[in-house]
Amino acid sequence: MFVLLVDSQLFVRCMLKELSALIQKEILLEWRQRYALGGMFLYVVATVFVCFLSFKNVIDANAWNALFWIIILFASINASAKSFLQESRGRLLYYYTLSSPQAFVLSKTIYNAILMLILSLICFCFYSLFMGNMVKNLPLFVLIIVLGSIGISSLLTMISAIASKANNNFTIMAILAFPIIMPILITIIKLSQNAIDGTDFSYNLKYFSVLFSLDIIVIILSYLLFPYLWKD
Amino acid sequence: MTMNTEITKTQSPFRDLGKRNWWKILCVLFLIYTVIAGFLIDVPHLPILHETIRNQFFHVCMWFAMITLLTTSLVFSIRYLSNQKLEHDIIASEAANTGIFFGILGLITGSIWARFTWGSWWTNDVKLNGAAITMLTYFAYIVLRNAITDEQKRGKVSAVYNVFAYVMMLVFILIYPRLSDSLHPGNGGNPGFSKYDLDNTMRMVFYPAFIGWTLLGVWIMTIRIRIQKIKTNLDI
Repeated sequence: MFVLLVDSQLFVRCMLKELSALIQKEILLEWRQRYALGGMFLYVVATVFVCFLSFKNVIDANAWNALFWIIILFASINASAKSFLQESRGRLLYYYTLSSPQAFVLSKTIYNAILMLILSLICFCFYSLFMGNMVKNLPLFVLIIVLGSIGISSLLTMISAIASKANNNFTIMAILAFPIIMPILITIIKLSQNAIDGTDFSYNLKYFSVLFSLDIIVIILSYLLFPYLWKD
Repeated sequence: MTMNTEITKTQSPFRDLGKRNWWKILCVLFLIYTVIAGFLIDVPHLPILHETIRNQFFHVCMWFAMITLLTTSLVFSIRYLSNQKLEHDIIASEAANTGIFFGILGLITGSIWARFTWGSWWTNDVKLNGAAITMLTYFAYIVLRNAITDEQKRGKVSAVYNVFAYVMMLVFILIYPRLSDSLHPGNGGNPGFSKYDLDNTMRMVFYPAFIGWTLLGVWIMTIRIRIQKIKTNLDI
């Protein structure tokens, strides 16, 4: 029992070390290619501005909500697609020799979640600047953005890994991602509708538990299934 | 070539099932009974539903058959991931294909029923949307399989996607209908069929129908697996 405990502690410590190194590597790579990062932010801001110009002003809260999450969805597919589609075959082989598949996929997931979170918060700021802020319960909405970004990005990271095996095809990425992301997206839209209406947290508890458990399920499935995608 | 010899050597889990005939006879008898009794028995006469209540023997059973087949597909996808036998990949993909076929039948029977009870071919109902999205997910599964040419890689990648697809389908089947109301009988204040069926006449047809359609699905699947295996062996 004691050996097992020490063993698992050692495992966790090794894993954390590996994870932090891999995440640092992701951030470093992103920082060296700042144009890609800037491109993503520009994509979001430009999309919001296009919506502003074409809609002028949205009066309906439903439309406001749907439009916001559609922008986030497209931005996140663009942002997450490159997590695996841009990795060259040689570099993947190099990672293969260095790290465990679990640490690799977790690092990608965590990195994408952080990126997605920043992206959607910036999107929310610009969106409320141009289209007006209709949210009555702001803390609830921010919480939805946090949980939603984690869920969407972790699922899309895995889909990106799958699509990268199918000849790096971006169309495949979109086809695979859209239907499978629907459960998460529907929950998010329902929840944020409630946040816009200004309902209390306790009222939305069941939807939150669904969203939270979906996040956990997706991350666990990625952790378990990625090793099979890893080896060619 | 090594792959082909491997396939003929391994014992298929469904080979015995395909050779035995009693369940096929049972399936045919149950389905004949379903069609005859389903249209002829005395059903409860209810407003709005009227005679369309007989759709229960067809529409509902399609979904049960679909779920059985998709579950088979999931099980063999997981088995493929653990043992890499090409055989299991073939079973997983053919079970999914047959499941999709029954899903489309379920959508069609439901759509016709909806036209005569709710007044439109398609409504914004939680179960309808869930079924449509499930179909889209499994169509994406087929597209994914066709996009990869290498057999081993195709098996692994599509098996991983299959697990995700199944879990998301479970969310639509088990969780969403409980969170929001549906127009379906049995949901949102509409009474379910157990309330109409006071003297159990509908149950007498419904249970054989359910078994019959599911067996038919399994039967079609075993034939498709055989065809696929012959194709692989002949390398067509």
